[in-house]
Amino acid sequence: MATAQTEIKVTVEIAAEHGITRDEYARIQKILGRDPNITELGIFSVMWSEHCSYKSSKVHLKRLPTKGKLVVQGPGENAGVVDIGDGLVAAFKIESHNHPSYVEPFQGATTGVGGILRDIFTMGARPIAVLDSLRFGEIVASNTTSEEDAAKNRRVVDGVVRGVGSYGNCFGVPTVGGEVVFEPCYAQNPLVNALALGIARKEEIFLAKAKGIGNPVIYVGAKTGRDGIHGASLLASAEFTEKSQQKRPNVQVGDPFMEKLLLEACLEAMKTGAVVAIQDMGAAGLTCSTCEMASRGGTGIEIDLAKVPQRETGMTPYEIMLSESQERMLLVAEKGRGVEVLAVFKKWGLDATVVGDVTEGGLLVVKDHGKVTAKIPAHPLAEEGPVYNRPMAEPTRRKQTEQDWFAFAAEGTDLTANFTKLLATPTIASKQWITEQCDSMVRTNTLAGPAASDAAVVRIKETKRALALATDGNGRWCQLNPKVGAMHAVAEAARNVATSGARPIAATNCLNFGSPEKPEVMWQFSEVIDGLGEACVALGTPITGGNVSFYNETLGKSIYPTPTIGILGILEDATKVLKVAFRNEGDVIVLLDGSNSSKAGPQAPPRAGKRREFSSSEYSKTIGGIVAGEPPAIELGAEKWVIDCLVALAAEGTLQSAHDVSDGGVAVTLAESCFATKDLGASVRLPENAAAEYALFGESGARVVVSVAPEKLAAVRNTARQYGVGAHEIGKVTHDNVLRIEYKGHTVASAPVPTLRDAWARALEHNLKIQ
Amino acid sequence: MKFGVLVFPGSNCDHDAFHAIGHVLQKPVEFIWHQSEELHNCDAIILPGGFSYGDYLRTGAIARFSPVMKSLEKFANGGGLVLGICNGFQILLEAGLLPGAMMRNSGLRFICKHVHIRVEDTNTPFTGAAEQGQILTIPIAHSDGNYTCDETELKDLEKHHQVLFRYTTPGGKDDAAGNPNGSIANIAGICNRARNVAGLMPHPERAVEEVLDSNDGLVIFKSMIAALVGAARATA
Repeated sequence: MATAQTEIKVTVEIAAEHGITRDEYARIQKILGRDPNITELGIFSVMWSEHCSYKSSKVHLKRLPTKGKLVVQGPGENAGVVDIGDGLVAAFKIESHNHPSYVEPFQGATTGVGGILRDIFTMGARPIAVLDSLRFGEIVASNTTSEEDAAKNRRVVDGVVRGVGSYGNCFGVPTVGGEVVFEPCYAQNPLVNALALGIARKEEIFLAKAKGIGNPVIYVGAKTGRDGIHGASLLASAEFTEKSQQKRPNVQVGDPFMEKLLLEACLEAMKTGAVVAIQDMGAAGLTCSTCEMASRGGTGIEIDLAKVPQRETGMTPYEIMLSESQERMLLVAEKGRGVEVLAVFKKWGLDATVVGDVTEGGLLVVKDHGKVTAKIPAHPLAEEGPVYNRPMAEPTRRKQTEQDWFAFAAEGTDLTANFTKLLATPTIASKQWITEQCDSMVRTNTLAGPAASDAAVVRIKETKRALALATDGNGRWCQLNPKVGAMHAVAEAARNVATSGARPIAATNCLNFGSPEKPEVMWQFSEVIDGLGEACVALGTPITGGNVSFYNETLGKSIYPTPTIGILGILEDATKVLKVAFRNEGDVIVLLDGSNSSKAGPQAPPRAGKRREFSSSEYSKTIGGIVAGEPPAIELGAEKWVIDCLVALAAEGTLQSAHDVSDGGVAVTLAESCFATKDLGASVRLPENAAAEYALFGESGARVVVSVAPEKLAAVRNTARQYGVGAHEIGKVTHDNVLRIEYKGHTVASAPVPTLRDAWARALEHNLKIQ
Repeated sequence: MKFGVLVFPGSNCDHDAFHAIGHVLQKPVEFIWHQSEELHNCDAIILPGGFSYGDYLRTGAIARFSPVMKSLEKFANGGGLVLGICNGFQILLEAGLLPGAMMRNSGLRFICKHVHIRVEDTNTPFTGAAEQGQILTIPIAHSDGNYTCDETELKDLEKHHQVLFRYTTPGGKDDAAGNPNGSIANIAGICNRARNVAGLMPHPERAVEEVLDSNDGLVIFKSMIAALVGAARATA
């Protein structure tokens, strides 16, 4: 199909091979008033693919909150844009590159990072940070994963890590954070979600609207080759089968050096004032950039493919229009000033050619050596694709009983061994082996790189401010309860941002799901949207963009529904970053708890039984081999109070450290705050409210462990009270390098910090080295 | 006194070097594009880190043919101060302005982390303000930092005190445990026989402010500034 010639007569069957249904084909005939030729069919097929058209998600995405005081640009452009003060704006967005990263891990991952970076500098913003949210199958053999599969997963991890690292490293943007999660469901469908952040002056933001009849349309960057044809339609918009490895030619190949040149050249060209609009050629390449720019600008575009720089000879119009060769941009320049723009690209040694111009009448006209090969109304092509309100059905599940849930150990049991094992489980273990392969410091703005704080924090040199970013998502919880799981994803990302001291202001989302043609998946999707919407409204973080990735399934089995949320925050005073590490012996350790609040908030949701709720935890999975029950109930009011309280405490400068409670509960939080120090330990007695395992390893939200110098304790208590947040004094930072946790009069976990740190720090490297 | 920061296609620590000199140390500094035929009357030149020409062929192998390198060679041979950081070090090796060559890290992976380096010699314009044996905490970020040279070259380097920095453990021991990339004799940085051209793999420009977790890199730039001030006085 990739070598199809224009002479081929298009039929419903050929359309079906392109993933175009009978109804969709009829719609194409209606728009054109005739049958499409093969090039036109190709163009429609990529623009109307799930990946590009959002045809299954559109009706639901409408329910997301996208407006806010600080939102300059919501969804619909290359990236979301928010006002960050001092005349500056931040552009940020998260996107998936899942399927390519399984078929060809290294190239799939690099081009994922490359694509999102282009989305940012297309807006005129210089990228200043990248976060990678990665999910893989289990890397250690177990009763759910064979050694052979574990080895396969390790190879995927290795390729993806090298891929994301190599692109950012060479491009010169710091990879400052993200997450890495391991679950069996991602074995043959890893998730590679890359988030990029850039900044620009507010008045210098560029949009992708082709304006000005007669303005030249300029192609810049890498030459067009045959790589990535149908990447968006056949690779991203279909589920995997045994034959998926054959789709390797559909994966694009990245060249970060070319992209670095493209970045510098584009920003320099924009400074000339001669650039009217610009869009990157990502998914669906030249097709998408031409018709979307024309559609948004209410104009048409006419190009001649003979002028497009080509890497190979004999490419058909079909191939050129559908190529997803990387590191290419399309821009519209002001009439008569094209020369200025071309000169900049020449300086950087890049191809730049006028390939056509902006026209009246709203038509996308594609010529080949002057002969028309496609003529399609741009707006219907870009915006009036099919929209489906697909059937939804709640999955029927066996009713769970007591037998399904985690059984707590007897009172007084020593949990040290389990605790050590939990610290070494890949999802909780130190990610240093991965993060060290990525440059986290280039541009010298990184105030808190990977794991230093709960959020990554980068300063903005010309101001006093810094930006904080965190990504979160718990697929296991979303599988058990999509709505509550999605709310937790937002709450945790926001809490992480606040734990660094910054105020969360906006969100971006990457929604990874199975096939939308399955009613159960659509139900999950709809529930997740409701959860995201509710949480984003409650926490004041409108969604400014992102993407939807459906068809994450292999051989008919879907991944866990996995919304990945990225939240951006502003830290007014960059010198007040809060970090995870304990600081001084004798500091008081305080557990801030929003749900244990003095405020009379909205009625707390009824809690599932503690055993039931605990069965969804990382501890239950790792120690008990049980994944069941429900995610912890969530109180958005409590989350908001904790966030506000943290922002206030950070501004007051009364905290020594802060680290939120998440995977692995309070015990893991305490351990990580010790690990980040040279030789400090902690001695802690936890509030008594349940079984010891629940108290140590339970994962309910709205909680943060902070340390406070004794003379500041009263001030911290006072502020916590003002925000209606409980502040429980639970222990002290010690100098004996031992972590000791007491519960109900027993020492339930106690070990030298170096022993625990060793288990935690070496686990990932140890497991990944076995190839 | 004026510093120049060379910019090759793919340089990406150019702005960081500029920031360290211009903003943190408040000294005049400007960028010099790789196609420039001259060095804008600068008194010291920094070749910054990054991936010049995408590291294609071999690190630094293409950049050494940039037009600006001719002037740089002349400048260096005339005694001008030249500091190559990371990719800049690699370019100086390829250009033959420093002895030896660079191989892939022994672990075959990119590594970004803080390392410890010991100042081995203070009798240079790059280390004059440091103390002999001082341990500096400075980040590295590279895939190809495994410095090597033949036996004779190594003997020469040692004999003429051209090894400026060696990787050590936090405690200052120069053994394999402190060496992140497998470099010969734990070498992190060297200078030429005339002591006016130096290269190192760690990034001193990333360690110039407390908020960046270390300001140990300042001593290198301060040494250069002191040397330039001294030279200016001597000629006045």
